[in-house]
Order: sequence, then structure tokens, then C-alpha cells
Amino acid sequence: MPRHSEFDAAFVAERNRQFRAQVQRRLAGSLTEEEFKPLRLMNGVYLQLHAYMLRVAIPYGTLDAAQMRRLAHLAEKWDRGYGHFTTRQNIQFNWPKLTDIPDMLDSLAQVGMHAVQTSGNTIRNVTADHFAGAAADEIADPRPVAELLRQWSSDHPEFQFLPRKFKIAVTGSPRDRAVVKAHDIGIRIVERDGEIGCCILVGGGMGRTPMIGSVLREFLPMEDLLPYVEAVVGVWNLLGRRDNKYKSRIKITVHEHGIDEIRRRVEERFRALRPSFAGADQALLREIEDSFAPPEFGDADEGGFAAALSADPAFRAWCGRSLAEHRAPGHAIVQISLKARGATPGDATAEQMRAMADIAERHGHGELRISHEQNVILPHIRKADLPEIHAELARHGLATANIGLASDIVACPGMDYCTLATARSIPIAQRISERLGELGVESDVGDLKIRISGCINACGHHHVGHIGILGLDRAGVENYQITLGGDPGWDAAIGERTGPGFAHDEIVPAIERIVLAYLDLREDAGETFAQACRRVGTAPFKTALYGSGDADAQREAQA
Amino acid sequence: MAREFAPSVVTANDLALGDVVYLAADGSWTRRIGEAELMTQEAQAQRRLAFAEAQSEAVIGAYLAEARPGPDGPEPARLRERFRSAGPSNRFHGKQKDLAHA
Repeated sequence: MPRHSEFDAAFVAERNRQFRAQVQRRLAGSLTEEEFKPLRLMNGVYLQLHAYMLRVAIPYGTLDAAQMRRLAHLAEKWDRGYGHFTTRQNIQFNWPKLTDIPDMLDSLAQVGMHAVQTSGNTIRNVTADHFAGAAADEIADPRPVAELLRQWSSDHPEFQFLPRKFKIAVTGSPRDRAVVKAHDIGIRIVERDGEIGCCILVGGGMGRTPMIGSVLREFLPMEDLLPYVEAVVGVWNLLGRRDNKYKSRIKITVHEHGIDEIRRRVEERFRALRPSFAGADQALLREIEDSFAPPEFGDADEGGFAAALSADPAFRAWCGRSLAEHRAPGHAIVQISLKARGATPGDATAEQMRAMADIAERHGHGELRISHEQNVILPHIRKADLPEIHAELARHGLATANIGLASDIVACPGMDYCTLATARSIPIAQRISERLGELGVESDVGDLKIRISGCINACGHHHVGHIGILGLDRAGVENYQITLGGDPGWDAAIGERTGPGFAHDEIVPAIERIVLAYLDLREDAGETFAQACRRVGTAPFKTALYGSGDADAQREAQA
Repeated sequence: MAREFAPSVVTANDLALGDVVYLAADGSWTRRIGEAELMTQEAQAQRRLAFAEAQSEAVIGAYLAEARPGPDGPEPARLRERFRSAGPSNRFHGKQKDLAHA
């Protein structure tokens, strides 16, 4: 894994020194809040409902054991003993004091971490496939590209005051695990005639106007990547709307001007920029690629793995959900669920973070990943070590066998923490998870992505959930709309709203009706919820939700 | 037609700690909404809000939050303010825990 260079370390140290002085000046009254707010946001410090919140970047979701331990240390020393992993592969601390944040940032800098550009109208943390560097189906590790983009975008002078925030995701696999079609720029590493290059998508996004990204360039040679991305962001920086923040994201720019016009402008800008990229970026990319060289995987002997599988049903169930195919024989990718029954999705205690760091160090080459689905990944694990790892995870409440199941719910912080939220998300996730546990149907139901957002900004990715739930405020009361048919993958789709929303105490039974309706209507156990939804459409689910009268009639009745 | 003024308290977040605070009748800041000054007249509420906004070295983001009288002083009238006054509902922490032990 690449370590912070001397340049990175000096930059972060200087930024932290500046921020410490800014905090002191704010407390002393020589900076007003109006002056201080943009400065704190540049360093990932928000004010939420109950306290400040510090959002720490985990570039492309990759961190090592020492960094995970440091996050545990922050949680314990300056927060309330836990952290919240987010849908952008970051971590948020919900309770820091402003006066402690400079010390927290200095502590992070010691392990090469920071909170720069985790907020503001800048290029945010570049995200990537959480199986990067390990997945059997991978064409190339997406992280060198993500790291190149991170270095290029960090403090980029042209892009510090963009029309709005800008999010880039990279995948190196034909299976999209990074939701690249819902990003401002999605980069898909592809192979054409033996050459590795990039397919560039633009204008995807969620929020109040969800859009699926369009292909801007089918195949871009790798050496053209930085000037091309710089051209895209540069075109949008000038063209993007600054008069209305709801229309400022690049998806709206693409929508208003059309993909062909955007392509024409980008290509023109690219031709102008290209000569100024004389190869230093490619030399840097080679260096970065070297730093991502995979570890020595060792022998493929699976030891007692097969015997443990047949002897221990709990281990078997956990393996059935938690493992993904690794490129090296005898190895597996392990997904650790942060979705214990009734728990807050994405939360991990300091003790759990340390346990995961210890396991990574002992068994997994010290590597960990955070997924946008708010789980933790051990990318390189010998199958022979899995029984011991499972037992250790179970001791720390981390062995829930529900990866990809209906209780592996993605949820934003919602109105329990967030100033923007119009309704709560977390308690809905908790209660759906508990209810699914009572029903005992979850493993029969199989793959099902439930995504919950507490407002239209859609941090909980509800638009691309197989079942999406959007919490709104209806005359001071929480109300939840359901969408069906969304998909976060390469066949990305925006879910369709079923009809009138449900009250706080009605939403869990409503989700239960959808799940039970699926069990009734599927062709066989091999047809997933998403497949069944594509086959039958939303009508049978609407009937399950609202009765035999159609949703329009229901809406009229309620009007 | 202008919306009728609803009884309100002045609330903000403590500048250094971030904690939710309320303006009490004596001009001090309290952690408990029950100890806040409940204002029923708009002119009075605006005066108290201006007083709060002038204290930018102590608090940030002062605003008027609708509240109603209760047996133990003002209570939040809106859902969002209920969470601000008590803490998150997903786990027992925040004010509901801190103030119980205070």
C-alpha cells in the first residue's frame, strides 16, 4: 500500500497547523462563524444536530491495521467509543468537541490520514471497488488510478471552488461494485485488443434528481486519463450552474446541454490540455502501481477449511454469505458485516475496530477495506485461517452471516444526527432487521438490497436499492416512500415509486408485505428479488402494499 | 397571510463543545430545554434571538425553535427538536444519558 510521501506529510501537517490556529482565532472571537465555516468544512468538520462531526477520508476505502487502530483510538479518546462508516467509504465521528479536533487531526496525520476535501465544493474522496486488488474477476486494480486522481485533485488550485461537490468512483472489474454509474465521473477500467484503458461515464448521481451516468468516452488510453478528467471537471467548472445549488451538479449540466455537446466541449478542452501532460503523470502512475503490488500470497493449502465447513453449521452459514472469490488459489475475500441484528448500519466500536485490525495483521497482510455498503473487508485471507477468524469475529459481535441479505441494509444517519434529514433512517433499518429476524425468512429470500435515506439528498442510496426507502416530513410527521426496481450495479436502474408513503409505524409491515409477496411470486428459489421485480414489474408489489385497488385510487382516497 | 407566531425557545450549539443549548430567562445558556425561556410574543422572541446572535463567541447557529409548555418546562414541538433535546433514538447516548447522570 502506498504511504504518504514527504510532500503529503508536510502538506497535511501545515494544513493541520493552520486549522489549529483557525480554531483558536474562532474561539478568541477574531474569526466570525461566517469566516470560520468554510475553513472548518475544508477540513471535514460539520455541525450536526447534537455536536460537531468529523469526516475522515479513507481513500478508495483502503486502510491498514495501524490506521484502523488509530480510528479506534480517536473513537475512544475524543468521541463516544465508536465510529460510523459511510456510503462513501469514509468514517464519521459524531461527537467531537471543536477544541479537540486539531489534536484528532494531528493524531490522524501520524498514520497518513486526514479530513481534507471530505466536504465543500471540491473533488471528494475518490472511491473504488472494495475488492480491489483481490477480486478474481478483476481486469486491473482500480486503486492506482484512484490514488493518481487523489493526488491530482488534492488542493488542485482550479478545483477548490467548484459549482458543487464532485464525486469520482473507479472499478477495475466487469461487475460494478462501486456504483460508478451514480457518480459525477465513473471510471471503468476495460481491456480492448490487449490494451488496458478506461471507459468514462459522466453525469450519474442520486439526490433529488437521480440520474444514471452516460458514456462520455468508450475507450480512453490510460495515458490520457488525467488530462481527460481535468477537461471534464474544467468544462463543468465553467458551465455548471452556480445560481441554484439543486441544479449545479454535472448531471444537470449534462441533462441541460446534452451528452453530445458536453462531449464536444470536453474533447476540445482535452486536446488543448493534452500536450501539457508530458509524461510525469504516467511516471507517477507507474510508481503508484508498484506501491500497490499484491502481497506474497503463499501456499494454497486450505488446511481444515473443508472439515470446518461440514462440521460447523454457523461457520458454514457465515462462509456462505461472507466470502467472495479471490484471485489466488486457497484464498478468499472476507466481508465483515457491520449489520448485526438490530444494530446501527455502519457503526463499529473501538473494540471492534481493534479486533478487525488485529485479524488483518495476523492473517491478512495488514490490509482492510471499507465498502460503500458500510461493511469492512479483509481482502487477502487464506481459507485455512477462516475457522479461527470466524471464531475471533464472533467474539466481537462481528460474525453476522447476512452479507447481501435483506438485513445488510445501507442507511444514512438520518434525523437522529443529520441537520439535513427530514426523517429517521437508522431506527427503520434496525426494526426491519429485527422483524426479518423474527420472521426467519431472510436466508430463503436471499440477495436483496434495502437502502434507506432520511432525506431527498439520498446519502443512503435509496434510488438504487432493490427496495428503496425515502424518509420525508409530512406536516411534522415522518413518512416513508418506497421505491422498487432500483439496481446499483452495471445494470444500474433508478427505482420506481410505488405510491403513497407509509407512516413511521407502518413502514416495517409494508416492507414485510413486499418481501412475503416476493416469496409467493418468484418462479423458484433461484430467482432473486431483483430478477423477479424485472420480470413481473411493480404491480404485484403494489397490490401487496395497498390492496387490490391500484395505487392511484389509494392516492385519490387519501387526497 | 403571515403565519401566526408559535411559542418558541432560542436554541443554538455551544461553540467549543457543539452541544445543544437553550437560552434561559436570565440570559445564561442551559443544556436542558426544560430550563429554557418560552416566549409567546414574537417581538420578545426576536429580541432574545438578537441577544443570542450577538453571543457568537459562545454559541453558533442560534434560531427560534417551536416549543410548548409542559410539566417540567418547555418541550419541543417539532420532531427534529425532540432529537436535539434528547439525543439520537438509535442508541441511548447524547443528552438523554448525559443529563440523566448530571
